[in-house]
Amino acid sequence: MNPRHVAWAVGLAALVALPFVYREPYHLHILVLILIWSFAYTAWSIMGRFGLVSLGHGGFMGVGAYVTALLWNHLGVSPWIGIPVSMVAAGILALIVAYPCFRFRITGHYFVLVTLALSGIVLQVITATRDYTGGSLGYTPNRAPSGHGLMALQFDSKTTWYLIALGIWLLGLLVWRWVDRSMSRYAMEAISEDEDAAAAAGVNVTAEKLKITLISALMTALAGALYCQYQMFISPDTVSGIAVSLQMVFAAIVGGLYVSFGPTVGAIITIMLAEVLRIRFGTGAVGWDNLVYGLLLVLFIIFLPKGILGSVLDRLKPQPKKA
Amino acid sequence: MQAFLDIFDIYLLEAVVNGILLGGVLALLALGLNLIFGVIDVTWICYAELVMIGMYGMYYMVQVFGLPYWVAAPFAILLVAALGALLHYLVIEPLLTAPPINQLLATGGVLFILQSFATVAFGIDFRNLGIRLPVLAIGEMHFSYSRLLAFIAALLGMLAVYFFMTRTYTGTAIRAISQDRQIMPLMGVDTRRIYLITSALGGALAGLAACLLVLQYDVHPFVGLSFGPITFLICVLGGLGNFVGGFIAAFVFAEIISLGGLFSDLEWGYVLAFAFFIVMMFIRPAGLFARRS
Repeated sequence: MNPRHVAWAVGLAALVALPFVYREPYHLHILVLILIWSFAYTAWSIMGRFGLVSLGHGGFMGVGAYVTALLWNHLGVSPWIGIPVSMVAAGILALIVAYPCFRFRITGHYFVLVTLALSGIVLQVITATRDYTGGSLGYTPNRAPSGHGLMALQFDSKTTWYLIALGIWLLGLLVWRWVDRSMSRYAMEAISEDEDAAAAAGVNVTAEKLKITLISALMTALAGALYCQYQMFISPDTVSGIAVSLQMVFAAIVGGLYVSFGPTVGAIITIMLAEVLRIRFGTGAVGWDNLVYGLLLVLFIIFLPKGILGSVLDRLKPQPKKA
Repeated sequence: MQAFLDIFDIYLLEAVVNGILLGGVLALLALGLNLIFGVIDVTWICYAELVMIGMYGMYYMVQVFGLPYWVAAPFAILLVAALGALLHYLVIEPLLTAPPINQLLATGGVLFILQSFATVAFGIDFRNLGIRLPVLAIGEMHFSYSRLLAFIAALLGMLAVYFFMTRTYTGTAIRAISQDRQIMPLMGVDTRRIYLITSALGGALAGLAACLLVLQYDVHPFVGLSFGPITFLICVLGGLGNFVGGFIAAFVFAEIISLGGLFSDLEWGYVLAFAFFIVMMFIRPAGLFARRS
């Protein structure tokens, strides 16, 4: 038991115990949102940290949320089955778009623009199939009859949702850690430095990139589905499209792309910012939160590209290991 | 059966012509983006949002201040050109030595800023110029003058850029920089000035597109999303920085959207265009007209 493990255990215990001690519903609601979005941002960073900047994650999130909700409403498929199905759907979408990109060396600007178009297209599809999805007016999963909450993954208790979100958030960190310690990380770092050299050194560039993209897309779809189950309302603008993709990029960059807790810090900052603005200005705040997001994003990229947590950790470590 | 075929053909022809007309404006947008990319090596994610601001500019000048369309248009073009130069000066220039992805994401931040600025300043209502241009009828086909005008103006705009690029010193310098970024400063070209001019030119093209699009579409803060993604696809398919490729790809995409819209909703036309794009990437990954190196 080194101090690091002790800190982890204590922190975790405190987080699990929190909702039983502290029951203020609004604050718990904010915490649940932070945890779910942290998971989504972590999912983005898992590929973003290797220079695979995707603006298509809004698309994956939309697929996760809408497929789950549509299966439940139209076919009565429980989210316990619907969520895996939606993740598979997002995974297939990711493979269809990513495979030609990676196979034919579409990188950098090109990759960003292709994925950007992907999230735009998912938004268009959701809007176009308005007979089923409610279009831009949004969509609400049907309430389960009372007593069937577990089957429908619908809970009224904030505590339950808090624990679910906490579990998901931990899962995200574990996946991060797993990737961080796997051979894939070295392969991906080599690829992000120089694809040709990596390929010459025996790295299967396409397969490694696909693997990391698939992991990221599956996680993002899961985040979307859970968000839908928790909020019981989704609209194309909140779970899909370019704005959501950019929001992920923003949070990950502000928090710090290259450290495991960075996306979480980003989620805390972005959600608190939005809430503070909303409370201060009420409905007059419509648009202001994004205005501040946008400004901060530009400022961070210019002055602090490693993000808040990344920069702080750099300061604390006088001689950092070669990144 | 024969009667059915006749009607079908006329609709088909109308869709084809409308596709060509749409292609003109898309080609204009693609040209602006390609220009920026080719010269400065930056992708403006917020390009369609510049167009949106231009459309609002037109709306306010025509509807609120009562200027005639022809007087307002040059001002709108200047406005967006100035915005383009400002964007370069404030956001891109500090990041010129940063990794290219950072520049691109920074313009993503600008996208947020412009969208929410429009939301805050103008509200989320749909607005239009209130100008209804007549419809041109040839036989049984109908084309709106606004599209025809947009097509012609877009072609003229592109022609003007072409002459600027080939006949003037500045244009030549711009083309030279896009060929070799390192050598040109040594040859006595002020790259900072050229970058600024290019950004302003890219902005001006967005402004021209805004003047033309505002005749056909209502303006709202998120209008950029309806043609932004398609412009990016066009540029990637044509090859980023490749002017001719972007021009042709614009017409290919416009036809797909127009014909797809004939058989189903317009949104499905976009989806079809995206599917086509994915297929094309398998066939010609480096863009339609990539030179094999």
